Amino acid sequence: MVGASMEAGTEAGTGGAPPTAGDARRTDGLSFAVRGVTMLGQLVLPLGFLAFSIAKDEKAGALAFFAPIVIAIIAFNFAIAYASWRRFTYTVGEADIRVESGLLSRSARAVPYERIQDVSLEQKFLPRLLGLTEVRFETGAGGKDEITLRYLAESEGERLRELVRSQKLSETVGTPAPRETPSEPPVLFAMGPKRVLTFGLFEFSLAVVAVVAGAAQQFDFLLDFDIWEWREWQRLLAGPGGWLLALGVVGQVIAGALAIVSLLLLGLVTGLVRTALREWDFRLERTDKGLRRRRGLLTRTDVVMPIHRVQALRIGTGIVRRLFGWHRLGVVSLAQDSGGANHDAAPFAQMREIAPIVRETGFHLPRGDADWQRGSKNYRIDRVVIAALFLVPLAVGCAVFVSAPLWIAPLLGLAWITVLEAFHFSHDRHALDPDQLYSRQGWLSPKLAIASRVKLQSVEIARGPIARRRGYATLHLGLAGGQMAVPGLPIARAESLREGVLASIGKRDFSALL
Amino acid sequence: MESASDLTPLDPAYRTVLRIVASIWAAVFLIAACVAEFAIPGWHGVVLIPVLVVSLLLILRVPQRRWAARGYSVAEERLRVVRGLLFHSDTVVPFGRVQHIDVDQGPLERAYEIATLTVHTAGSHNASVTLPGLRHEDALAMRDTIRAAIRRDTQ
Repeated sequence: MVGASMEAGTEAGTGGAPPTAGDARRTDGLSFAVRGVTMLGQLVLPLGFLAFSIAKDEKAGALAFFAPIVIAIIAFNFAIAYASWRRFTYTVGEADIRVESGLLSRSARAVPYERIQDVSLEQKFLPRLLGLTEVRFETGAGGKDEITLRYLAESEGERLRELVRSQKLSETVGTPAPRETPSEPPVLFAMGPKRVLTFGLFEFSLAVVAVVAGAAQQFDFLLDFDIWEWREWQRLLAGPGGWLLALGVVGQVIAGALAIVSLLLLGLVTGLVRTALREWDFRLERTDKGLRRRRGLLTRTDVVMPIHRVQALRIGTGIVRRLFGWHRLGVVSLAQDSGGANHDAAPFAQMREIAPIVRETGFHLPRGDADWQRGSKNYRIDRVVIAALFLVPLAVGCAVFVSAPLWIAPLLGLAWITVLEAFHFSHDRHALDPDQLYSRQGWLSPKLAIASRVKLQSVEIARGPIARRRGYATLHLGLAGGQMAVPGLPIARAESLREGVLASIGKRDFSALL
Repeated sequence: MESASDLTPLDPAYRTVLRIVASIWAAVFLIAACVAEFAIPGWHGVVLIPVLVVSLLLILRVPQRRWAARGYSVAEERLRVVRGLLFHSDTVVPFGRVQHIDVDQGPLERAYEIATLTVHTAGSHNASVTLPGLRHEDALAMRDTIRAAIRRDTQ
């Protein structure tokens, strides 16, 4: 079995005539250019450092020596890229898609249409400028059997997607009839600029700070002074900032507050920028093939989740978001989504906007008469006891060995854990519907998982050594493309849930669901 | 509701295979312990005796417990696999959810004519459920039963 997805070479496509099924085609010529530019971009930083270190050592003559070597490396890379591009071909066959590639070791992969879950299109910044798109055929086998074509012209990518879909629907082969563009499919959910920016405000992220701190640590040799030595900062600040230090404690507190505020601002701006880049012009539409989601500013992604492959839904929120009523709807389905098994169907929406989407997927939110039941009390008590087993000796040790009243901290921690577990016990619930299983977990940011009873793959009841004696268990539900577990159920309830789910599964075979 | 008494136990040869594997490991550790004993000045038996005790436990007692803790059942068109001493786990896979089936035999298992049945599902959790210690013919028969159930359901 061949390995992971392959890189594509390119060549200019044949002129306007639509190719019949069965031609071996190369990917678009321009993708070669994109690949070259990306590679150069990757080489700039290492070359820059090399040149910098050489110049620093004042061996300017060595630069002239290294230049031909660098040019040779670049030329070699281009040659390899061109050769791999020429070797990479794809063929749309009668029953499968065949991809042949490889320079030294040829590999041919054939993926039958039945195993292709869907075709997703992704456009990063540079390919989008050139009118190219990356086409990915997703199989349910967890990313192992994917085919990625980089890069095809946009029109060709769309044509391929329609072709694959119609092949799967009709299972007949011939020249596919040109599809007339359908009328605009109904938009289920969209995020305009205002909503995206609001979303960004909630996505506080200090990732930039970590990067800057890391960079400061790596490159501190570039600066004249040692930034980790606070006396240096004092010397620097002595001039302009001297009046600040002269203020005494008050001044230092103000300075500290200013630093924190600037950090907060930095986090806010980072979150805004990252969210805007990821979610710009978010659109969720109901097409006849499923839910189509498009989003992204620099990298535009275009994914379709077939409705009948939706295994479960997840509705979540955040601590602060909940106060304003913002929720997130994720869909668990068989197709991949750049690594996550949960697709974001509506990352930032009010519940009244989420309800119609849930209806479209064929699920429904829990009704008023759902029989919500709590988990096992013993489970929560045991968790508190285990925490106490760690924290109480810690407190005793602190009391004995440390003079300061540090022993309060572990006890406070224990009190907090007790409160948390008590709250979880009273608020974490689950329910079984005639056609769905619900699990609600979480305190400050509650999450609701909705699983279809028919679409589960397996049911497991797991009990650790303590759980066996205390009479509770964890129910693991096998979902295709995700995980769902309900911890801390009384064993009788777990077994009755399992019986109910298995009775529903037994009625329909899996292939009938696909 | 199926209780533990409905479960079919595994083949006793599974116990024997576990014991043989445990003996090999125990031999390795005993040799290491003897070497350590000679390296440490003075014959105290401080390393050898614990290793000896643990090895005896591993060879005599643990395989018996592990064999007794496992069971399976193929009633009602479902495969139910129970395993685990400390971390007990009771997994049920309906025949209609089985993607494909493997029957494997290691060299020791071939000598004793037992096999391991592995059932693959489409779920991420429990993507494959293994059932060791079946007689080879029983494993093949179970595989055919499951296949027949799948073929019948998809007709």
